[in-house]
Amino acid sequence: MTNRKIGFIKRIIQDFYLVIILVFLYAPIATMGVLSFNSSKSRTQWGGFTMNWYTDLFSSSTIMTALYNTLLIAFLSSLIAVIIGTAAAVAINSMDRVPRSILMGITNIPMLNADIVTGISLMLAFIAFGISLGFQTILIAHITFNIPYVILSVMPKLKQTDKSTYEAAMDLGATSVSAFFNVVFPDILPGVLSGFLLAFTMSLDDFIITHFTRGAGINTLSTLIYSEVRRGIKPSMYALSTIIFIAVLVLLLITNFAPKRKK
Amino acid sequence: MNKKLLSGPYLMWMIGFIIIPLALIVLYGVTDRSGSFTLANIISITTEEHAKALWLSLLLSFVSTALCLILAYPLAMILRSRGIGQGSFIVFIFILPMWMNFLLRTLAWQTLLERNGVINGVLSTLRLPSLNLINTPGAIILGMVYNFLPFMVLPIYNVLMKIDDNVVNAARDLGANSFQVLIRILLPLSIPGVVSGITMVFVPALTTFVISNLLGGSKILLIGNVIEQEFTKGSNWNLGSGLSLVLMVFILISMALIAKYDKNGEGTAF
Repeated sequence: MTNRKIGFIKRIIQDFYLVIILVFLYAPIATMGVLSFNSSKSRTQWGGFTMNWYTDLFSSSTIMTALYNTLLIAFLSSLIAVIIGTAAAVAINSMDRVPRSILMGITNIPMLNADIVTGISLMLAFIAFGISLGFQTILIAHITFNIPYVILSVMPKLKQTDKSTYEAAMDLGATSVSAFFNVVFPDILPGVLSGFLLAFTMSLDDFIITHFTRGAGINTLSTLIYSEVRRGIKPSMYALSTIIFIAVLVLLLITNFAPKRKK
Repeated sequence: MNKKLLSGPYLMWMIGFIIIPLALIVLYGVTDRSGSFTLANIISITTEEHAKALWLSLLLSFVSTALCLILAYPLAMILRSRGIGQGSFIVFIFILPMWMNFLLRTLAWQTLLERNGVINGVLSTLRLPSLNLINTPGAIILGMVYNFLPFMVLPIYNVLMKIDDNVVNAARDLGANSFQVLIRILLPLSIPGVVSGITMVFVPALTTFVISNLLGGSKILLIGNVIEQEFTKGSNWNLGSGLSLVLMVFILISMALIAKYDKNGEGTAF
């Protein structure tokens, strides 16, 4: 066989492998999309096409409240994590080796620790501190596991920035605050944004830590779904997930395939 | 203004919500309900029920970690060979499913695996015998691989992308074939990503209680289920904390591995 033929076969095998993995990743998501149009409540029988679950969704106050809680917690926790985390990253970047590695070690704890241990330990702490379990404890917990994602996204960008531009701004009479926001911040902005997006995603997808740190009477989408598992999930939940998924997919496709602006 | 002061809020936050909570778990783990010192909570891991749960968790998480590695490494290699242009898009492909709730994604596997579910439906139209898929250890492994595969792919992909093409070309110029390039060049250089991928899959797989709950039925108990029940149903927090301390031994081992093989943090997933 010629080299060209081998290369062709190799490419076919590679494409086949990629497709298999994609099917594996997206089969459950497609399943939910199909179930959201299934007029039978059963998860295994097709009862005909319906849009009822989508209209039901918007009139279900439990789902809408849980959605509101989920989005609010995800937004607030990522925002606060971005502020605390970016400040910490700037500080850590200017430190010597030893304190820097101690702080990065602490940063790694929530990332490497098991969610169940983080969740339980936070629950014990909230009870010991006398903070009643509810919206505020979920928020604190989410900020806690979000900060490391922000730091890890911002740090590489900070390392790339040139220290002398900041010093030049200071020499030209800028205060350290304005030098930071006018000179350093634009350079690290992509890291800050991807940290925010990552934190938002993680907060949205979290179940285990929320499960332990929420009190009775407040639900996020995850905990609502978990409480419905035994009784059977309302198909409106599939409808909601499908809407969220399509919205994010469209958003990502637009940002990825939009013509790149010239620098 | 001293820049280091900026880490103040962060330090206070981490001490308040990471260090102190972990200390509390240790405190609960080595005391009984009345607050006096005891090792009984930790030693209870040796009782038959708990030891069986821990052993099964170790076994299932080991198998799923191995499967993730076997699936992810070739995948990362293919993604590398396709060049950098598609890079960020590939990452999105793996992050995107996370926007659909983790519980729902796992529940969807229930629909696929059930006795009269989608997979068995396809088998029966092909006139093949139906398979008993749901509520088996195999279903739990599938759930683990499905949920944690991105955490293996992304670190390996990130490390492989950083390897200079010239290094590979140099090896080829010196007469290495594809297999030798893989074994002598790519594999050793990608160890930080592999190690970080292994720990990022092994730890959540070892400690999960949700996947075993949804795909394993109520009969298969993993160590995560035992701990969760102590905190929600059994309300013996001391015992639950003691068992968590046992789990933390494995977590500490993975942290040590990361520190040893991934000193510069090259193998991060994101």
